[in-house]
Amino acid sequence: MTLQTISRADVCVAAVSDAFKGSGEVLAHAVGIVPAIGVRLAKATHTPELALSDGEAFMMAEAPPLLKTAAAGGVPEAWVPFRSIFDIVASGRRHSMMGASQIDRHGNQNISSIGDWRQPKRQLIGVRGAPGNTVNHRVDYWVAKHSARIFVDSVDVASGVGNDRAVGTAGRFHDLGVVVTNLAVFGYDENGLIKVNSIHPGVTPEELQEATGFPIDATDAPLTREPTEEELKIISAEDPKGLRHREVPES
Amino acid sequence: MLDKTLPLAEVAGKLESGMTIGIGGWGSRRKPMALVKEILRSDVTDLTVVAFGGPDVGLLARAGKIRKLVYGFVSLDSIPLDPNFTRARERGEIPETSEYDEGMFVAGLKAGANRLSFQPIRAGLGSDVMAMNPDLKTVRSPYDDEEYVAVPGLRLDVSLIHLNRADAAGNGQYLGPDPYFDDLFAMAADTTILSVEQIVSTDDLTAKAPPQTLLVPRIFVNHVVEAPGGAHFTSCDPDYGRDEEFQKSYVAAAKSDSDSDWTEFEERYL
Repeated sequence: MTLQTISRADVCVAAVSDAFKGSGEVLAHAVGIVPAIGVRLAKATHTPELALSDGEAFMMAEAPPLLKTAAAGGVPEAWVPFRSIFDIVASGRRHSMMGASQIDRHGNQNISSIGDWRQPKRQLIGVRGAPGNTVNHRVDYWVAKHSARIFVDSVDVASGVGNDRAVGTAGRFHDLGVVVTNLAVFGYDENGLIKVNSIHPGVTPEELQEATGFPIDATDAPLTREPTEEELKIISAEDPKGLRHREVPES
Repeated sequence: MLDKTLPLAEVAGKLESGMTIGIGGWGSRRKPMALVKEILRSDVTDLTVVAFGGPDVGLLARAGKIRKLVYGFVSLDSIPLDPNFTRARERGEIPETSEYDEGMFVAGLKAGANRLSFQPIRAGLGSDVMAMNPDLKTVRSPYDDEEYVAVPGLRLDVSLIHLNRADAAGNGQYLGPDPYFDDLFAMAADTTILSVEQIVSTDDLTAKAPPQTLLVPRIFVNHVVEAPGGAHFTSCDPDYGRDEEFQKSYVAAAKSDSDSDWTEFEERYL
């Protein structure tokens, strides 16, 4: 019998960790607090060979404090300045979990701008490394606030390449895995369309559909697993200040 | 020994309107801010700017000096978006943009540095980078069925970069964790202006730091400017970190609906 209430953020962290199961000896790239904790959890449990980065210029044998670089602690094991990152991307020995401002049902992702890119309604950061990541190695997405504004019929700019666009050379190493959100875990069906892999405990199928801008079917979806006691210990050790609860508040 | 030292006040004299200018650093990291300020104070305009963008791009955009921007992103790192850049884009104040994947951007610089007309890369295929850059072409491999994006070589009239140390002949040294792409910027440019925290003797360059820190050889540097604090408010490790408070005030002034807040910031900063 467990007396501890398991938070939504902890469920999300465990789902991120599961996404990295079987990734092997590759560089984990994680954007966001929950993904950053999730890859540490993956390394500490099922995939010890996973390589972590400090988000700056080092691969870390022991990670620095959360959201900090090697300058704040940890043990560097390799030097990977930005110039090496692009070589690692091209080598394929990398697994990213990126953020997204828009995702469509084919898994096309946008972080560039909203509206017509020639004069956007809202300029965002730019495509960054999304085009290169998605045609070179496994890419997952993390969405902290699942909404119909993010899960849209059609993205305004395809920064990350979706399954429908991954043809020819672009499809050779293209590998979209999962989309972990604060409500559910999405995968892709045999046609490359987004489907519900699992729904988080406490979320109803209606609520999930309401927050998704295209039709999905969550009626028979299993519940996302809860983290184990051991995992919860690792999670709170990595995030003693509970920053994950700010990224994913209890609904 | 060659003496390429140039007073900061003479930097703008080396630039002309309409030039293609590469700016080193990355986001809000080791940007040649002192050199950028010299552009802002001058009447040089109509620039094509090539950069991993940070506040350098934001400031030049706000001043209306950018005709064309070639970039992979524009970010202030600890603050994701630069409000001067987003504002200029949303108002249509940057007439032309080439938004690239970051790896494509590096490929373009490498091709430019190697005097090649293009470099093949997988990045960009299938994405809207192709639609946003209708002049981009793909190239078929002569060996198999693969097809790649042919990123055109980025040749620069002038590159502006900032490093920790240099000698007067222009041998430049970085002492932080990441060289970024400043050597590529220097090699892709006809003229490179290097600003540094400190000009030291050639002996001093390797007295306390290993030779691998010597990033940019003098054959790629035309002018050396001693500009202590010359990357402020971006980071210049290990000499100083980012001035987060100052960056916040930059963002607040840029975001403000009242133009007088921006004017006040400009007067204080420039």
